[in-house]
Amino acid sequence: MSSALKPAARNEAVLFDLAVDKLRGLNAALAALVPQTNQTSWRVLNPRGEHAVAVGVTVPVEITIDGHVGYYCAGMNDGAVITVEGNAGPGVAENMMSGTVHVRGDASQAAGATAHGGLLIIDGNASARCGISMKGIDIVVKGSVGHMSAFMAQSGNLVILGDAGEALGDSLYEARIFVRGKVASLGADCEEKPMTEGDAALLTGLLKRAGVTAEVAEFKIYGSARTLYHFHVDNAGAY
Amino acid sequence: MTASMLEVLTGRGPDSAGFAVYGAGADGFTKLTLRGPKDFDFSALAHALQVQVTVRDDHAVISVPVAREAELRQNLAENFPGVAIVAAGSRMELFKGVGLPADVSKRFGLAGMSGSHAIAHTRMATESAVTTQGAHPFSTGPDQCLVHNGSLSNHNDMRRLLMRENMSFETQNDTEVAAGFLSWKLREGAKLDEALTAALDSLDGFYTFVVGTQTGFGVLRDPVACKPAVMAETDDYVAFGSEYRALVDLPGISKAHLFEPEPAKVYFWERAA
Repeated sequence: MSSALKPAARNEAVLFDLAVDKLRGLNAALAALVPQTNQTSWRVLNPRGEHAVAVGVTVPVEITIDGHVGYYCAGMNDGAVITVEGNAGPGVAENMMSGTVHVRGDASQAAGATAHGGLLIIDGNASARCGISMKGIDIVVKGSVGHMSAFMAQSGNLVILGDAGEALGDSLYEARIFVRGKVASLGADCEEKPMTEGDAALLTGLLKRAGVTAEVAEFKIYGSARTLYHFHVDNAGAY
Repeated sequence: MTASMLEVLTGRGPDSAGFAVYGAGADGFTKLTLRGPKDFDFSALAHALQVQVTVRDDHAVISVPVAREAELRQNLAENFPGVAIVAAGSRMELFKGVGLPADVSKRFGLAGMSGSHAIAHTRMATESAVTTQGAHPFSTGPDQCLVHNGSLSNHNDMRRLLMRENMSFETQNDTEVAAGFLSWKLREGAKLDEALTAALDSLDGFYTFVVGTQTGFGVLRDPVACKPAVMAETDDYVAFGSEYRALVDLPGISKAHLFEPEPAKVYFWERAA
């Protein structure tokens, strides 16, 4: 066991201090956990903007990171509940499969990129390309998102309580985008849709899971106009 | 502090690094930062030119009376062909070299320098060779410098255009062209923010630029914001980094206002007089 790893007593979090031991030790310790582990609660101290903190976790443990993290935090998460008590750098929860990632501060670019499942909650703002190429993840951003968010998003739901930057949902497939604030502009093939009862129920559930109190009626929903799905001969000149 | 910011990014690789420091100046004097061949005798040069010199590895800073600057530049060109003038200004000193950022920083004694502001850069070369000349910052004019993260796609065209405007270039580097573009705009009477706004229209490619001037520094990201940038503001200072790791050792960082600069927006901070 590494020097940075403090074994936990019953019902106590395992402490891992990144000021003492290397990041690789943390990720190795998390990777070594079996699904039945009793070490279900972890606290990571002094992340200091390190990259790839708590990536590739495949067991349903709770991990709290005490500060700002760098690139790709909680990437590939599969089942863990990971909380960042600070800001996250580019690509937080990228390619998440399942579980929950909660960023208490702001997130940088490409939050939740390509993720297949799970829930990503961002208490602050997310910058450009939030949910780029998302494939089933649910993302709830309590602040605003930057430009090109949900670019080529395939499935899943992106909920934005604040505003959206330019070219929202460009080249969108079948993901849903809910926005409460203003949209600077919609990207190619993204359009506002009528909010069905099913959409409203889905949004209600997502807001509840993210612990947000907001009126569903305040949101608009955006989806794919589906005009880019098939080759159209009138566009031939553009190729 | 700039040294520790630079050293954090040593993990990015052993390409090259450089920095500009805005230290003390003296009225009526210009500082010329010179770079010579390895083991060049700068004291002999200073003696020959009758100027004060501070030697730092293969760089040296000479302090010359403004009235003698033109004469000394000519003297240097004629009698010391191996010596390059890296930068000039009333306060700016500029050092750069090949190697690990931490080593470059130590070689020049960055940790022992002081000033009102400084800009440091670690390079991962894409558009031109890993050489001292190709390292950043590039000086754009008196007390002005530029560092760049990104890659410009129209730098060859722009270099030709600028050469027709009598701008000269030392390398095939894209950032040097951006620096030349800003210098040209400033020479034509533009203010720094106007020159940066013009860069948005004229320079194609992706970039996060940081420019230093005698009074402060500016930041510009391309409209797509390809390259990362993070800012920290406190009551005492403003700091820029490509990523938060570079800022973690700054005092009071845990209480700083952290934000990412918006794309295609010119930011500028000036030191209160």
